[in-house]
Amino acid sequence: MEVLTDHPVHTGNEKQNIRQFLKSELKPKGKLITPFNVLASVIIALAAVLISIRFSRGLASVTNLSQEFPWGIWIGFDVITGVAFAGGAYVLTFMVYILRLKKFYPIVRITVLNGFLAYVFYAGALLLDLGRPWNVVNPIIGNSFGVSSVMFLVAWHFMLYMLTEFLEISPAIAEWLKMKKAVYILEKLTLGAVIFGITLSTLHQSGLGALFLMAADKIHPLWYSEFIPVLFFVSSIVAGISMVIFEGSISHKVFADRLSMRAKISHDDILYSLAKICAVVMLVYFSLQLLVFIHQQNWKYLETSWGAWYLTEIFGFVLLPAFLFARSVRYYRRLLVQISAALTLIGIIINRLNISVIAYNWQATKHYIPSWMEIEITLAVIFVEIVVLRWIVNRLPILNRFSGTNY
Amino acid sequence: MDRRSFLKVIGTAALTAAPVTSARARSNTVDTEFSGILIDTTRCIGCQTCSEVCAELNKLPAPEVEAIDEIEGFRPTTPTQLTVINRFENGDEEIFLKRQCMHCNQPACAAACPTKAMLKTEAGPVIWRADRCMGCRYCMISCPFDIPKFEYDKAVPSIRKCILCFERLKEGETPACAENCPAEALLFDKRRDLLLQARRRISEEPDRYVHHIYGEHEAGGTSMLYLAGIPFEKLAMKTELEHVAYPEFTKTFLYSVPIILMLWPPFLLALNRATEKENETTIENEAEEPWKY
Repeated sequence: MEVLTDHPVHTGNEKQNIRQFLKSELKPKGKLITPFNVLASVIIALAAVLISIRFSRGLASVTNLSQEFPWGIWIGFDVITGVAFAGGAYVLTFMVYILRLKKFYPIVRITVLNGFLAYVFYAGALLLDLGRPWNVVNPIIGNSFGVSSVMFLVAWHFMLYMLTEFLEISPAIAEWLKMKKAVYILEKLTLGAVIFGITLSTLHQSGLGALFLMAADKIHPLWYSEFIPVLFFVSSIVAGISMVIFEGSISHKVFADRLSMRAKISHDDILYSLAKICAVVMLVYFSLQLLVFIHQQNWKYLETSWGAWYLTEIFGFVLLPAFLFARSVRYYRRLLVQISAALTLIGIIINRLNISVIAYNWQATKHYIPSWMEIEITLAVIFVEIVVLRWIVNRLPILNRFSGTNY
Repeated sequence: MDRRSFLKVIGTAALTAAPVTSARARSNTVDTEFSGILIDTTRCIGCQTCSEVCAELNKLPAPEVEAIDEIEGFRPTTPTQLTVINRFENGDEEIFLKRQCMHCNQPACAAACPTKAMLKTEAGPVIWRADRCMGCRYCMISCPFDIPKFEYDKAVPSIRKCILCFERLKEGETPACAENCPAEALLFDKRRDLLLQARRRISEEPDRYVHHIYGEHEAGGTSMLYLAGIPFEKLAMKTELEHVAYPEFTKTFLYSVPIILMLWPPFLLALNRATEKENETTIENEAEEPWKY
């Protein structure tokens, strides 16, 4: 805290000042009783009860998991889909810090924060699913290195990537605490963190797909291929950007007073540029899917109901949004960008769930359907993340940077 | 970024890559002297002594032996029944088949395990170690035979499966099921000798057996080997399994990991340097060019 001594505001007792500052920041801003807050508290409280039941009586007490379906929506949605949605952070830091595309700078902090929280909460939800969560540190410490395991790689990358994302967002924290020197030092580290973060993301976004490579006989051939890791990586780019568009359109309404002028002015420009990138990457993704389909000679499955479901995913949620993205850029339709992003996100959910849950063990007589409690707890995880995000955005310089005057 | 931080990035990448590289060297060693059991379904009389002694030894509830008369066809192992006898009807004939962990030569479960809780021992058994397992159930996703079973109804759950009486093997004894089989349907020996024995039985009585040793090549070879009088698909055995070891499926991906870890950082740094424009360095507002930090 020595850095505070050269700060003009803190002339008296710095320790007391910072304590008062933190105390005032901890208080809620705005009305406490809002429809959103009431809903959030009910869902979170109920989930807390269910989670305590889960830990005292075992997974069967709240989930519909079985010997045939060891992974349900806590893995398939929370972790595998959630991490794809958090891909925006590595895509945007690549564009801003590596390619120096200044245009996207206003949204880079909110995107990295979103990504960081997504990893903390959605990957954190993994702890609920682990049967023996007290052993979760085993892959990290001691002599339990399962180095030939894709899961081992993913676990390490999650941990390291959370650290790099924290490093990328840390200048905002230092700015908030008015620690000028720390801001300077932490910003020096950003490029290194970004480079490391993009490398880690490439590997664990594809690694989440590689998890399923050994389930070769269990996943329906329309979804299983040796190229799952490549498909996961490419689709994480569109998933990430679509999430940025989706989240941006909401936060522009909710946090309008926190936005800098620059962010407001550049919003549409950013939106259409992101839509353009999405259109192109989705066409690439579609072509890859087509190549895999032809390469594996999957024609014979198209006549089945699985074939119809596959075509729905590929045409309805990949090719259609790609086309709509392109159209929205051409005619400057903001709403169409948002619709395309929503379609893309639904498509990603469908794709990730197909591989991890729906088309997994597709020949099983009794298929897994999540219990209402699994869905409830997943909702609670999302709500906790939103509440924490709101708390941070309302206090830290995320959507706007502190300019010289309020520094 | 100066040269020092560049070296730092490369150094970190190299360090992270190192354990993955060393993993490969180890997983390639295949010990052909694993022990295993030859299960001759033409000899099995369905008495279920094996599942009874197995339950007794593992302190599990005694199996309902009578149940077998009512159920025909596939019955999986469960967390409380590590070996299960299946009954199949083929015309007038009854065929019994013992199911348990196959103890693969290169098990998918052990390759999948992030904590090495699942371990292929040098003697042959694939064992599970409670103090390491974090309960992620990735072994269950990966196992081509759907063998590891999870105790969903316990607050402190375990993964349950046959461990080929690992503790008994250490004492120089044979697995309880093989030792107590009254019909001599189970033969415990080195895998190499079991294959010889299986071939001898087929060549001596070519009409009695299907000319296939299940487990010789399935999933890259298993320590449990099967002989049968009718095709294995009629015994609900997975006959379409790949004849490669399942860890091979993730090999390409794991190979690419150190390459990407080494290549991406310098490539990204080069891109960052290449896109630098000289006149930009004079702009005063730092927020305008975040990449300068």
